[in-house]
Amino acid sequence: MCACRGDACVVPTSITMTLYILKRVAQAIPLLLGVVVFNFVLIQLAPGDPVTLLVGDYPAPEEYVRQVRAEYGLDRPLAEQLVLYLGQLARGNLGYSYANRMAVAELIGKRIGPTLQLMITALVIAIIVGVSLGVIAARGRGKISDWIAQAGALVGYSVPDFWLGQILIILFAVTLAWLPSQGMRSARSVATGFDAFLETLPYLVLPATALSVRFIALFSRITRSAMLDILHADFVLGARAKGLSEARVLIAHVLRNASLPIVTVIGYNVGLLIAGSALIETVFAWPGVGRLMFDSITKRDYPVMTGILLMVSGAVVLANLLTDLAYAALDPRVRYTR
Amino acid sequence: MNEIILDARNLVTEIHQRRGWLRVVDDVSFNVGRGEIVGLVGESGCGKSMTAFSLMQLFPTPAARVASGQIIFENRDLLKLAPNELRRVRGAQIAMIFQDPATFLDPLMTLGDQIAEPLRAHNFAGDVRARTRDLVEQMGLPDPDLIARRYPHQVSGGQKQRALIASAMSCAPKLLIADEPTTALDVTVQAQILDLMRDLRAQTGAAILLITHDLGVIAEMCDRVYVMYAGKIVEANTTRELFRAPRHPYTQGLLRSTVSLESATTELFAIPGTVPNLNELPRGCRFAPRCPIANAQCAHEPPFVADETRAVACWNVERAMASEIWKLDVGR
Amino acid sequence: MSNLRTWLAFALILGFVLLAVFAQFIAPFDPFRGGADALLAPGAKNYLLGTDHLGRDILSELIFGARVSLAVGISAALSASILGIVVGSLAGFFGGWVDGALMRVSEFFQTLPRFVLALVIVAFFGGGVLKVIIVLAILSWPQIARLVRAQILSLRESTFVEAARLSGMNGIQIIAREILPNALAPVIVTGSLDIASAILLEASLSFFGLGDANLISWGGMLNVAQPYLRQAWWMAVFPGIAISLVVLAFNILGDALNDALNPRLQETA
Repeated sequence: MCACRGDACVVPTSITMTLYILKRVAQAIPLLLGVVVFNFVLIQLAPGDPVTLLVGDYPAPEEYVRQVRAEYGLDRPLAEQLVLYLGQLARGNLGYSYANRMAVAELIGKRIGPTLQLMITALVIAIIVGVSLGVIAARGRGKISDWIAQAGALVGYSVPDFWLGQILIILFAVTLAWLPSQGMRSARSVATGFDAFLETLPYLVLPATALSVRFIALFSRITRSAMLDILHADFVLGARAKGLSEARVLIAHVLRNASLPIVTVIGYNVGLLIAGSALIETVFAWPGVGRLMFDSITKRDYPVMTGILLMVSGAVVLANLLTDLAYAALDPRVRYTR
Repeated sequence: MNEIILDARNLVTEIHQRRGWLRVVDDVSFNVGRGEIVGLVGESGCGKSMTAFSLMQLFPTPAARVASGQIIFENRDLLKLAPNELRRVRGAQIAMIFQDPATFLDPLMTLGDQIAEPLRAHNFAGDVRARTRDLVEQMGLPDPDLIARRYPHQVSGGQKQRALIASAMSCAPKLLIADEPTTALDVTVQAQILDLMRDLRAQTGAAILLITHDLGVIAEMCDRVYVMYAGKIVEANTTRELFRAPRHPYTQGLLRSTVSLESATTELFAIPGTVPNLNELPRGCRFAPRCPIANAQCAHEPPFVADETRAVACWNVERAMASEIWKLDVGR
Repeated sequence: MSNLRTWLAFALILGFVLLAVFAQFIAPFDPFRGGADALLAPGAKNYLLGTDHLGRDILSELIFGARVSLAVGISAALSASILGIVVGSLAGFFGGWVDGALMRVSEFFQTLPRFVLALVIVAFFGGGVLKVIIVLAILSWPQIARLVRAQILSLRESTFVEAARLSGMNGIQIIAREILPNALAPVIVTGSLDIASAILLEASLSFFGLGDANLISWGGMLNVAQPYLRQAWWMAVFPGIAISLVVLAFNILGDALNDALNPRLQETA
């Protein structure tokens, strides 16, 4: 298997790691290009005049429509159009939202902060709760705690998250009136900086909870099965035979090895997280990209839709890349081979 | 005989199956003297590995237990120790190495860290890094500093086994349990590992309980031997005596079935029949269905257990010793 | 224990199928016709689960909504499975550049965020049950294609396939008669889990207002309920329970099938 008996393969970690990163980045580029081409094909295939899709279903001035036609060369051959389209994107031009009278890139840029805040909060909750539940379930395999955790995970994975958001609003915002349910701060708020962040927290509780449930379920399931796989590995028996304490066996060997599939599942489900946050933002009127997506659909603001699709695809490709790098950092077998 | 450090008495180990608990080690007694290399030999499935795991009270299968017996080690019964006391024995005073070094090393940890693990677990007083380096060197591994930084997938099978041995020897245990330590290795590497173990015994005075199916390994390594069959010990003796004058028909068959360069016969011998299913053991002697000299008594009454005082479990030792019993039955 | 769970899931699915098929006979009211009885709480005036803002009976809407959810979920998963089997077989059987190209395409679809993509496509091309089914199928086939391909690659070298080859069968015959039946177990498991996720996706699209405006769907009911969360909790609660139950049932079914068809797990039971 391993061809490195001699000293030749013991290259310093930093160099092998850099090579690995470069390789993975190079692999991600065609994928991104594919997304762009896919987007282009979509615009071409959609019924009606492509210019509508580039301008949006909005009474834009004739002059602007003509400008877009020229910019994207809509009267030229398809291949040329694709090149022009790529060129516009390369310059960071995702199009112009006439409905919002703002460049799409700028529009998305304004909304990305709240979305990240919501997603990261939900992800952190999901990792902490999900992994803990998975560990508890695996440790008490076959017992009642395992059964409850497993049943809970199955239910959590089946409930639509946006509906869960609605239920949380009915329970905690309407009936109990404990927490706010719409937006991310009071309309009269003038706070800035850290104060603004603090002010956001109560608004964050319900949407972040609703968004995290599905991922808690997902992470607890994968943690449980990864733990069970590793718990029966020979090297865990070997570690016990060395006289290590149960806690040390669990942390240094079982959890560390189990973290490989867990990291993969977390990283590869960022797309699902984005989808979830689009729905949750709509339910809670959270002023992020998801809400923007919803609004752009209602307004038939096509440039915003394609812009968001591109950005989200890019984010997913990036997340997958980061996942692979994290995996390589954790697993020497990936780091040192080829 | 020198001082006994491990004395296992009437050990019974069971694994859980659908129909209930199944005895895989049945009333087994044996001992190991200080600095002695003792072999436990038998075919696969005879319970020799489970006997080894019983000593550590760690099992590869989830539902296994030591049901009864005593394991006296340094005047304490290991079966009566609290979990935390037992943990302090494991790796420190009794260490273990295994058949497949590849699966017994954590793929995510450097060899050095894995070798040092018992030192840290048992609060080694000295310099852990220096001790690790010494151990690696002692194992005959080239360039100790480099090897310590490598991961399991970067080294050969023999180097992995050496690293496992280094880890096992790190706290200078009084007893090393070696479960088929060379089975998964290339023939040339096997000999090196056996040499290393013999050297370690000489240097550290650690006793070794060597579990193997290979009589050649026994002949080369062991001072004394226990022969196991179907969960029971059937014969015990010094290695020299066992090879010179095997008394149990099973031992005799086992010896005949090993290929010997000196013997003139070219045909390969195998004991006819198969090891009995532990769920359907015969009432009398467990070897009776395959034994060429079994009689009515053998079929109904189990023979006495073999231990130090009665070193063979057979009703017909005299007959077995009188003639070459297996030769008569080759054609059967 | 787990058997009971499986039967419950199965009964639940059967129950919803019967509701969907015989909706017009079971529903107590016409779900499309509203009236003066708007926003009535459950139990009032024979409306078991209350009425919505247009006075339509929630229970009847739920019963009719089962049609869209099940039809979309089952047909999308079925089409995705067929597509996946075809692509996976081609890739596994031909190998080489065909395999390479098909696997790149499947990787592409697996990486893309399914929901956002579905949103954009449906927004561009218009809703409608058939279009939604097609979009979901196009976005869901890669997993099954990869499964089938992996099975073919591992089975291609097995002795019974060798025997079939020696007995003179050609490639397509071998795939159809020898390999696919053996590869079917994981496909069935994935297919039933795909039904669950397709139902969720359909509900999400409808919640975003991209469903078929002429049909009643549970996701669409939740969309309508959103502005009325303060006045009429029942408008949101019941459709969500219906979605959760169906999705849960298909997830349990998938898990149970996986346990039953995966011999490695059986041993440790």
